[in-house]
Amino acid sequence: MTTTMLKASSVCKSFGPVDVLRNISLDVAAGEVACLIGPSGSGKSTFLRCINHLEKIDGGEMWVDGERVGYRRVGNKLHELKEKEIARRRASIGMVFQQFNLFPHRTALENVTEGPIIVQGVRRQDAIEEGRALLARVGLGTKMHNYPSQLSGGQQQRVAIARSLAMKPSLMLFDEPTSALDPELVGEVLDVMKDLAESGMTMVVVTHEMGFAREVADTVHFMSDGVLVESGAPAKVLSAPAHARTQSFLAKVL
Amino acid sequence: MSGVLTDQQAAPAVVVPSRHTGRWITAGAVLLIVALLLYSMATNTRFEWHVVGKYLFAKPILMGVLNTMILTVLAMVIGILLGIVIAVGRLSDNLIVSKAAWFYAWFFRGTPLLVQLLFWFFLSALVPRIALGVPFGPELFSLDTNALITPFMAAMLGLGLNEAAYMSEIVRSGISSVTPGQTEAAKSIGMTRLQTMRRVVLPQAMRIIIPPTGNETIGMLKQTSLVLVIGYSELLTSASLIYARTYQTIPLLIVAAIWYLFITALLSIAQYFLEKRYGRGFSPLSAIRTDKAEPATPAVTEIRP
Ligand SMILES: Nc1ncnc2c1ncn2[C@@H]1O[C@H](COP(=O)(O)OP(=O)(O)OP(=O)(O)O)[C@@H](O)[C@H]1O
Ligand SMILES: [Mg+2]
Repeated sequence: MTTTMLKASSVCKSFGPVDVLRNISLDVAAGEVACLIGPSGSGKSTFLRCINHLEKIDGGEMWVDGERVGYRRVGNKLHELKEKEIARRRASIGMVFQQFNLFPHRTALENVTEGPIIVQGVRRQDAIEEGRALLARVGLGTKMHNYPSQLSGGQQQRVAIARSLAMKPSLMLFDEPTSALDPELVGEVLDVMKDLAESGMTMVVVTHEMGFAREVADTVHFMSDGVLVESGAPAKVLSAPAHARTQSFLAKVL
Repeated sequence: MSGVLTDQQAAPAVVVPSRHTGRWITAGAVLLIVALLLYSMATNTRFEWHVVGKYLFAKPILMGVLNTMILTVLAMVIGILLGIVIAVGRLSDNLIVSKAAWFYAWFFRGTPLLVQLLFWFFLSALVPRIALGVPFGPELFSLDTNALITPFMAAMLGLGLNEAAYMSEIVRSGISSVTPGQTEAAKSIGMTRLQTMRRVVLPQAMRIIIPPTGNETIGMLKQTSLVLVIGYSELLTSASLIYARTYQTIPLLIVAAIWYLFITALLSIAQYFLEKRYGRGFSPLSAIRTDKAEPATPAVTEIRP
């Protein structure tokens, strides 16, 4: 039996008069890698940010690992959770940003140990040991004491991935993790993500790397203008798309 | 374009450092002016250097120095802590809180410090007793304002509350300088707002906050002399009490100036170390920290351009 890690049901979101997400329904099973593709402004980032409640949804419902995101249901009303509770749930959802967003005043190792020590109350010594192992795993065993400004973009993004992994998340979100990188650095980050996928991590990845989607994704979802147009196996969506909008988008990017 | 290199010759050329003649001339001129100034100060008997020497370490002057330092430190501590609270209030989503914070800064920056100091000093005339209790109900305890507001308290409150208004603007600019991505990253690893502020935003804001705060502290050092009006005896008050008696005005002002300069030098050194501490990670040259347990990593080799 496969469990559902992420369940979105008719999720809606608008910024003022603009409907950015319209009735998005999407299931991601545990261990699945789901790639989100679509033109700029179609709402991919917004959807990702709704998953860990960085943005509030205006309609619909969303669950991660069986827990409702950001709200508690009482009768037929949804009450927004207390800040502490939201924070606790976010801690089990990793997020990797396009701009890395490493803490510049902390070394690579300190970036990775910050969450476990401060948020989870892990003993410093244990956190450091774990952090070293994680940095070694993303190929940065020799860069632990470098500050982000002393690392290349690809290295920074790998530290950011390690920082998320240190929280032992049940779901990892990636928002165009390679879009800010020089072309020759893209590969090293994608390799780490590929390893992660093979280790069984559930991942939702917004990406323009069609090669990665084709090779690593279990499902590909095409979004356009806030609508989930088409979902399915990469071979189907990327090679034989059913919708005209998907076809014209792929014609432009491939 | 001819494609011919103008001065190429067979033997490879060597780079010679340029001579900077202008620099030497300017430096010489500056040194000359300084020497002349020092000479005239040393030889002019009206400076009365022996009087300066006599009072430099006199007991009342040293007490004044101590009081000035205590007042400066306490006023700055109040100013910085309250300033952070007000700055966070300014940036709050709660409209009432943010307007109240704005009002505070407007009010305390908009009235003369001298007026504020006198106000606190004469608070007892306005509110003879300060009581804590339930409105229209029983009083829990009350205090005689005159006993509570000593000149020292008035000085500390006046300077500290005023400083908080200025500090709040400095802290606010520091907080605003930290990109929203930092807050989002902190939230995404499960930090609460308070943890995000303490661990991620403020440490980065410090880099922006420290230099103007150094200015404020040095300013405060000299601003404390305003408390002369409410009879708290700090450095300048002590000096003025002496010269009122002995008419040796200039030498005693020099004594005070020497002490102010000395403390300012100490503060500047402290600022240097604080800047270094909070500049960590922001310049590619900042030293890579190494654990003792582990051989130093050859990490510098891969600094990006
Ligand atoms: N905070 C905001 N306030 C108002 N509008 C916003 C906000 N964030 C996003 N939008 C709008 O929502 C729409 C979707 O944005 P989103 O960033 O989710 O797109 P995207 O698919 O991630 O695009 P890209 O590929 O360029 O990253 C855009 O039209 C954008 O202008
Ligand atoms: Mg985006």
